[in-house]
Amino acid sequence: MLARDEDILKAAEDWRKAGRGVALATVVETWGSAPRPVGSNLVIDDKGNFLGSVSGGCVEGAVVTEALDVIETGKPKTLEFGVADETAWKVGLSCGGTIRVLVEKVE
Amino acid sequence: MRLEILKSLNEERAARRAVIVVTDPTGGAQRLVKAADAARDPLKEVLEKHLRSGKSGMEETAQGKVFLTVHVPASRLVITGAVHISQALAPIARLVGYDVTIVDPRTAFASIERFPDVNVIAEWPDKALPPLGIDRYTAFVALTHDPKIDDPALTHALARDCFYIGALGSKKTHARRVERLKGQGIKDADIARIHAPIGLDIGAVSPAEIAVSIIGEITARLRQAEAA
Repeated sequence: MLARDEDILKAAEDWRKAGRGVALATVVETWGSAPRPVGSNLVIDDKGNFLGSVSGGCVEGAVVTEALDVIETGKPKTLEFGVADETAWKVGLSCGGTIRVLVEKVE
Repeated sequence: MRLEILKSLNEERAARRAVIVVTDPTGGAQRLVKAADAARDPLKEVLEKHLRSGKSGMEETAQGKVFLTVHVPASRLVITGAVHISQALAPIARLVGYDVTIVDPRTAFASIERFPDVNVIAEWPDKALPPLGIDRYTAFVALTHDPKIDDPALTHALARDCFYIGALGSKKTHARRVERLKGQGIKDADIARIHAPIGLDIGAVSPAEIAVSIIGEITARLRQAEAA
């Protein structure tokens, strides 16, 4: 099923209440053509399950990896993703924009 | 984010009340401001600006940089007329993200067989509409062609400041509607807010095509409020 914004934040609450480690990722700034608007959410649990999106699927993998670290340490992180560098296989956005994502633990 | 903030955020959203989460992007400190409390907040001006636009974003304030996550209620679509066009419009609108309600006092039209999975109310608008709490996050569409049903519903939608109001009918039908509404004391500026003939001009013929033109027009109104 297509996850709507309300389902994503409800999932964050439900997952946390169920005792799972949970992180919330939010797009806080965008430059140029960005796939998802500021305020978009991705919720991640400590097993790597996730719901929602912060891009068109380009950087979610990297955000999930960082989120696992945030869940463990409890320290929020701000991640920045720019244009993908294809030769280096770096994670990035193919649409040419730049996004900044805040990842915080739900506690 | 603290669980209590998240919980309160979800409660406000479920009750269809706008809310903003204010985050300090450097320290990570967070608080929640309910729309009803925005006017008393030190950040009143920026908060109210964001509540109006519904957009999240970074802001420079006297207290430093803050990130505002704005949550306005999910858009709703209220339709009068459990007609053929509505049978196409309801599922399309749901896919686009609207909660859909159909009002039609004619029980032969407003049957569950014709509208599985849609909230259909078989009542007159004067009874059905007030409890729905129609607001500025609601789009309203009048599709019955029957002034007894559509006119009071349109008046209600105007009074509740729906972000989109559309009415089915030709230019001639709409001219007669305008006369009737004027006769009831509705102001010209309000009447001008009704999109009629309804829908984008894409040459729609079938009920489903008309539904597409309506959802296109609603989307334009929502996303390009200044232009549409």
